[in-house]
Amino acid sequence: MSIEVRIPTILRPYTSGEKLVSAQGATLEEVMNDLEGNYPGIGERLIDESGLRRFINIYVNDEDVRFLDGLQSVIGENDSITILPAVAGG
Amino acid sequence: MLIGMLEIQRSLVDAIVAHARADHPDEACGVIAGPIGSDRPERLIPMVNAVRCPTLYEFDSMDLLRLYREMDDRDEVPVVIYHSHPATQAYPSITDITQASEPDAHYVVVSIRETGPAEGPFDFRSFRIVDGEVTEEAVHILE
Repeated sequence: MSIEVRIPTILRPYTSGEKLVSAQGATLEEVMNDLEGNYPGIGERLIDESGLRRFINIYVNDEDVRFLDGLQSVIGENDSITILPAVAGG
Repeated sequence: MLIGMLEIQRSLVDAIVAHARADHPDEACGVIAGPIGSDRPERLIPMVNAVRCPTLYEFDSMDLLRLYREMDDRDEVPVVIYHSHPATQAYPSITDITQASEPDAHYVVVSIRETGPAEGPFDFRSFRIVDGEVTEEAVHILE
């Protein structure tokens, strides 16, 4: 099962510039682990010891995973994942 | 001597300053999208500051998704990301620097500390923020 993942500009150095990559997994956590396996270093930009990083947004289709089950969100065959860093500052 | 440069229409500068004044005392924020590869800010998209705060801004996460989908559909990128500093100088704060996430964008900071919501002088400056490093650039306003 292959899931489409959209990579934001700031993380494309990890994916050789690719904007769209595929990954495997039945939960968001598995998808993240698979991404890290293929693009080493990308994982820690997304996740820290407490879970999804505060200023990273991940969406499954049109849903922010914070309103689903976070890293335990179930990913289906035709789902697509979008990663967007927060636009924020002070 | 500033190396980089932001070229921007006067009407867009005026619209950003007006947005800053309208949202005073909170920070105002938004994007100017432009065609991929053009470095030309064209389409102003004022965003809601989801944290409604005089010292912080953040786009709402669902607004952010809609914004990026729309830009993708139109072959646009965020050429400018702007926000206001209602009471401090027009220079990126530590928070601005640590949270900057668009290495190709011009980060515009507009300070209205002299006048608040009233008409009058403002400070409009532009920066690149890449890997925690801030580089100010010249602003060339197109009349």
